[in-house]
Amino acid sequence: MALLELRNVSKIYTLGGEVIRALDDVSLDIDGGEFVSVIGPSGSGKSTLMHILGCLDSPTHGTIQLDGQMIHSASAKQLAHIRNQKIGFVFQFFNLLPKMNVLQNVELPMIYAGISGARRRERAMEMLKMVGLENRARHRPSQLSGGQQQRVAIARGLVNDPRILFADEPTGNLDSHTGEAILELFRELSTKGRTIILVTHDPEIAAVTSRRIEIRDGKIASQVDPRLAGLDRVATAPVAG
Amino acid sequence: MILFNTILIGLKEIWTHKFRSLLTMLGIVLGVSSLVAMAAIVKGMENGMKEAMIAMGGLDKVLIEEQKVPIHQNHLRDMAPGRTIRDVIALRESAPLIRIVSPEMGLDRVMVSRAGKWFRPSEVVGVWPEVLEMNLYELEHGRFFTDLDEELAKNVCVIGTGVRDELFGSPQEAGREIIPIGEQIHINEQPFIIVGMFKHYESEMERKIREEGLQSHTATAGPSRQRGWGRRNWNAFWRKNNVVYTPLNTMWVRFRAATGTNNVPYPTLSDIDIKVHSLEMLEPALQQARNVMMMTHGGIEDFNFRTQENQIEDINKRIKNARLSGGIIAGLSLLVGGIGIMNIMLASINERIREIGICKAIGATSGSIFLQILIESVVIALLGALAGLAASKGLVVFLSELAPSQNTPVIQPQVMGIAVLFSGLVGVVAGIFPAIKAARLHPIGALRYE
Repeated sequence: MALLELRNVSKIYTLGGEVIRALDDVSLDIDGGEFVSVIGPSGSGKSTLMHILGCLDSPTHGTIQLDGQMIHSASAKQLAHIRNQKIGFVFQFFNLLPKMNVLQNVELPMIYAGISGARRRERAMEMLKMVGLENRARHRPSQLSGGQQQRVAIARGLVNDPRILFADEPTGNLDSHTGEAILELFRELSTKGRTIILVTHDPEIAAVTSRRIEIRDGKIASQVDPRLAGLDRVATAPVAG
Repeated sequence: MILFNTILIGLKEIWTHKFRSLLTMLGIVLGVSSLVAMAAIVKGMENGMKEAMIAMGGLDKVLIEEQKVPIHQNHLRDMAPGRTIRDVIALRESAPLIRIVSPEMGLDRVMVSRAGKWFRPSEVVGVWPEVLEMNLYELEHGRFFTDLDEELAKNVCVIGTGVRDELFGSPQEAGREIIPIGEQIHINEQPFIIVGMFKHYESEMERKIREEGLQSHTATAGPSRQRGWGRRNWNAFWRKNNVVYTPLNTMWVRFRAATGTNNVPYPTLSDIDIKVHSLEMLEPALQQARNVMMMTHGGIEDFNFRTQENQIEDINKRIKNARLSGGIIAGLSLLVGGIGIMNIMLASINERIREIGICKAIGATSGSIFLQILIESVVIALLGALAGLAASKGLVVFLSELAPSQNTPVIQPQVMGIAVLFSGLVGVVAGIFPAIKAARLHPIGALRYE
């Protein structure tokens, strides 16, 4: 069974009387350990897909299963719990809390998980060591460079050992050199068996991943799927779930 | 654990906006300090009133008063005996629930004089030695009346310090203690020897005025004079210090010889005061006294009892009113403080929408966001309350400086506790709406908020 299973998922808004199908009948499977990129121009629905996959939003129709748990019908509190335990986020604008130092930022998900102080500190330092920022633990986010901030965000995203790490344009706010280093970190995590879903509009970045899902007008336009077609062969037809 | 962290985050948030938080707290500070100070002043007032009450003889003193016979006994009114020494003796012998009985025979419109100085005391009364315990007097100099004074109706008297001040000069003016024991004064032109003098009684207020050498009256122009005539002062302490006591028999024989019938001077007493053993037994004791008096009065009910209950009720009512108005003012300041907190919390969550979104994305439930905002609000309120407690001390000192002759305000710990509790409550109420607003934010919308 796949780690993440979407079946006929739609998200429909009405904005000023106009019905917008941000996601239109999308079906998708993602296995554990995959490094997936979701690619598409802005307004294509890729962010909506990420929000729904990331349990930040609920679909209008369809079913979602994460790690064997049905989440399309979960309550807000259950979703918060799932986000805390099974999902890590990395954002374009880093989204660190400016008033807390680096260590506290990394500790924050564990606070909501109810982990004791000593254990939190230990685990947070471990994660900071992994991203190479253990000597910046007492710094404020504003005292770090963009790349360092993003590393802190990655450490925070992984601190509760989630099943999936979502990254929304993680290099969008970084210069190409730093962005490259961040992507390298993702690749490294992927080889260690971490499931990563990377949302981007940049085909070059998407090329780093083993599987590319292209979203257009709320539908999956094409996939490069090593399981279906072998590496680097583009399947032009939409893949039905 | 989560709670502790939340409090820590709240404190940090407050510390980040020190000045803003300080301004926000100000309302609570004012509310708490005015509540505590107001309660302290009212308590001081209450102490003053109780003090005066005790000066008048204490709570357990009961006056037996004369009253018109009831309508159904109107035909017997000429036979009404009035309060006489017979009642006193009967009460003393036959009413065991009554601890002391003190008869008083007063003289109206009296002048006492010495060496050309005239003075009208608060009262000139013939008494038994029981009066000391009844009216809570203590002799400072000389002696009180003996059985022989009473038996032989000797012309002796015991005076309060006020009378001494008027006739012999006060120690403050003379610069030395004046003890007029053995001196002779005239009461309505009859010579009396002073055998004793009571202690000086004063309220806390008067003591403060005296000790600090403050002038309670503004200086008047022209020759020294007394302002007003007769009962110029209703102060209980003034009355207590300006008495002249003589033996009861002396009063009867010397000043009532020309009244009455069959060569017996008019025997009616002007007052019978009783004290009961305990206030809990007041009701049965009065019943017992009534039964005894009905015997001695041949069933004619020409007397009634006046207890201090009325005065106590009166004091309590005044205290209650003062508390109420003070409480309303303090409550309003607390309310305003609460509105201030709510306002600042709303502004604060608007600034932190994005942060709240981040917290939600990494797993904060609506409940924990709600708790965090609520705790921040309560922490502001409680910090304000603590500052308010400190400020109340200053406020009380300031008010005492402003009006030093007032009774000393008494800060009560339980009022402090109530004030802190109440501020906490204000913090909760003020925090609820912003907290709900924050908790309801949708994670995506909050994350996208610029």
